[in-house]
Amino acid sequence: MKKSVFAAVSAIAVTCAMPAMAEPQAEVLHWWTSGGEAKSVAVLQKEFADNGGTWTDMPVAGGGGDAAMTALRARVLSGNAPTAVQLKGPAIQEWYEEGVLADISAVAEAEGWADVLPASIAGHMKCEGTWCAAPVNVHRVDWIWANADVLEANGIAMPTTWDEFNAAADKLAAAGITPLAHGGQAWQDATVFEAVALGILGADGFKKAFVDLDMDTLKSDKMVAVFDQMRKMRGYVDDNFSGRDWNLATAMVMNGEAAFQIMGDWAKGEFLAAGKAPGEDFLCASVPGDGFLYNVDSFAMFNVDGDDKKAGQDLLSKLIVGQNFQKVFNLNKGSIPARVDVALDDFDSCAHLSAKDMSESSDNGSLLPSYAHGMALRGAQSGAITDVVTAHFNSDMSSADAVNQLADAVANSM
Amino acid sequence: MTEWLERHIPKMVLAPSFIAILVFVYGFIAWTAWVSLTRSRLLPKYEIEGIIQYERLFASPRFDTAMMNLFIFGTLFIIISMVLGLLIAILLDQKIRTEGVLRTIYLYPMALSMIVTGTAWKWIMNPGLGIEKMVRDWGFENFSFDWVIDPDMAIYAVVIAGVWQASGFVMALFLAGLRSVDGEIIKAAQVDGIPSWRIYSAIIIPSMAPIFLSAFIVLAHLAIKSFDLVIALTGGGPGYATDLPATYMYAMAFSRGDIGQAASSAMVMMAVVFAIIVPYLYSELRVKHD
Repeated sequence: MKKSVFAAVSAIAVTCAMPAMAEPQAEVLHWWTSGGEAKSVAVLQKEFADNGGTWTDMPVAGGGGDAAMTALRARVLSGNAPTAVQLKGPAIQEWYEEGVLADISAVAEAEGWADVLPASIAGHMKCEGTWCAAPVNVHRVDWIWANADVLEANGIAMPTTWDEFNAAADKLAAAGITPLAHGGQAWQDATVFEAVALGILGADGFKKAFVDLDMDTLKSDKMVAVFDQMRKMRGYVDDNFSGRDWNLATAMVMNGEAAFQIMGDWAKGEFLAAGKAPGEDFLCASVPGDGFLYNVDSFAMFNVDGDDKKAGQDLLSKLIVGQNFQKVFNLNKGSIPARVDVALDDFDSCAHLSAKDMSESSDNGSLLPSYAHGMALRGAQSGAITDVVTAHFNSDMSSADAVNQLADAVANSM
Repeated sequence: MTEWLERHIPKMVLAPSFIAILVFVYGFIAWTAWVSLTRSRLLPKYEIEGIIQYERLFASPRFDTAMMNLFIFGTLFIIISMVLGLLIAILLDQKIRTEGVLRTIYLYPMALSMIVTGTAWKWIMNPGLGIEKMVRDWGFENFSFDWVIDPDMAIYAVVIAGVWQASGFVMALFLAGLRSVDGEIIKAAQVDGIPSWRIYSAIIIPSMAPIFLSAFIVLAHLAIKSFDLVIALTGGGPGYATDLPATYMYAMAFSRGDIGQAASSAMVMMAVVFAIIVPYLYSELRVKHD
C-alpha cells in the first residue's frame, strides 16, 4: 500500500516536472535579521516566490556573521551545503579553494554582469575566472558624518584634508564638544584606521599595504604618519568610548554631543530613522583623501545536488543582480546598488554622492576594498592588522613600534 | 547464567558512557592535537606540517597578552576568592543569629551566570555610568575609577567581578569544612585557654587541607576556562588588553577562519590544565594507596 502511494506520488511528480523546468528551490543562509535588514531580505524572498520559487529561509543571527559561518562550516562538512550563503570579499575565494562553490557563469553571462558591475567589484565575484557569487549592494566605508548645526555654530566647514580635520577638532574640543564620536571596538578602530590610511597613503599606497601586503609600504614612513594621526584621533575621542556600539556613537553626533563620526553608510540609516534630513541636520562627505573604500555584500552559490536547487540558484542570482531588487533592497539598507545602471531618483543626496564617487574612482583605479570589513584580506591577515591597530589606539605605544609590530604580525599571519 | 550476568551487567551499563567519553572527550582531544599540527584555515585539513602553528602562536603578541592575563587573573582570582571566602566563613561561623540569611546572600552571586555578572559590573565600573560618575556627582570631582577602560588595569577589573561571583561559593565550601572539624578538639583547646585565633590557625585550618585543595581546583578550572565573563565585561578590550586564551581561541576559530591557530592555543590551554590537575590526581591517588 505504502509503496503504491509512493509510486503514485513520484509518478505525479515526474509528470508535473516533465513539461516545465524543475521548480526552483533555494535554501538561503544569511545573518540579516535586524529590522531594516530583515525587511530587505523579505524583498528578495517575495520576488523569488513571485517567480515560482520556493525559498527556505535560514537566518543565523549573532556575532556579525560568526555564528552563521559556524553553521555553514557544519553544513559543508556534513556534505549538505545551503544553496546560497551570504558571504563577502576574499572569504568567497577561500571557500572556493575548499572546492565547495558552484559556477553561475551561465547566468552572469546571459545577464551581462560584466558590463554593469564596476570591474574591481566584479573581481570579488569571480573564482579563477568563473562567476561564483552575486553582489547585492555597495556600502561605502570611508564616510565622515557631521552634525550640521554644531559645525555651523563653530564656523567649521567639512574638512578636506587631515590638517583641516585636526584644526577643526582642536577648535571643537576647546568649545567643549567631543570632536569625534567613536566606539572602542576593534572593528571600529580599524574603520577609522583605514580611513586615515587611505587619506595619508593615497589610493596606490593603500592598495599596496592592505591588498598586496607589501612589506616596504607597511614599514614606510607614511605608515608611521598614519599611526601618528591615529594617536591624534585618540585624543579627539571622549573618555567613555570603550566598548560603545557604533549606533550609540552615531546618536552622539545626532544630538550634538559630538561633531564627527567616521563610519560606513549604515550610519545613514540611523540618521534617517531618527527623522534627520541629509544636508540639513547632518552632513555626509568622503573622508579627506581620494578614493572609495567599499564593503560589498554578496551571496555565494554552493555546490548542490538536484535540478530544482540548481534552478533555484540560477533564479536567485538573476534576481539579486536584477535592477528592481538592487533598487528596492538598497533603498531599505542605506547602501547603493552594485550595478551602475540603476536609476537613483528615489535615493538621497548621500547615496547620489556615493554613486558618483564610485563610478569616478572605478575609472581612475581608486575604487578599493575595505580591509576593516573583510573585503581586502583574509581573516587571519586582516585580524592580525586589526590587533595592532587596536592595541596602538588603546595604549601609549609609539608609532614606530606600531609599524614594526604591524609588519611582524602580518608576516606571522601567513 | 545469573552469575555471568552479575559479573557483566555493571560493565555493560557503564560501556555506553565509557565509549561516549572515549570518543567525545579523548577522541576530540586527539583530533585537536592532530589539527594543531596542520595548516588548517577555514576547514580542517589533515596533512601534518609540523609545529608551525605553535611557532606562530608563540610569536603572536596577542597570545602573549592572553597568557599573561591568564596568569594575573588566575593568581589573583584564586588567592582573593580563597582569602575572602575563608574570612567570611570564619565570621559566619561565630554562631551568629541571622547566619541562614547571610549565607544565602553571600552564596547568591554563584546562582547568576557569568554573563549577568559581567554585564552588571560593566555598567557599575563604566566611568560614565557607574561608581566614578556617582562619586563625582557627590562632589569629589577628582575621583577616578576607570579600570575597565584602562588597558593596563582592565584585567584587574575582570578580577573584581570574578571574585564577587566566586567568593560566596568558596565561603560555603569553607563553612562546611569548619563545621566538620571535631567539636571535642575545639572544646579541649578552649578549656586549655587557647585564644580563638590560635584555635583557627593551628587546629581548624590545618585540618581543612582537603577543602583548600578542592576549592583551589574548582577556582583554577573556572579561571582557565573563563570566557563569558571577559566577553560580557570588556569584550576582550580595550584593544585586546583583557584577552584570555579561551577568547583568543574563539576569535581564531570562529571569526578569523584560522582553525590551526585555534587548535594549537587549545592544546596550550589543555597543557596548563594538566599542569594543575596532574599533581592533584597524583596526591589523591597516593592517599588512597596508603
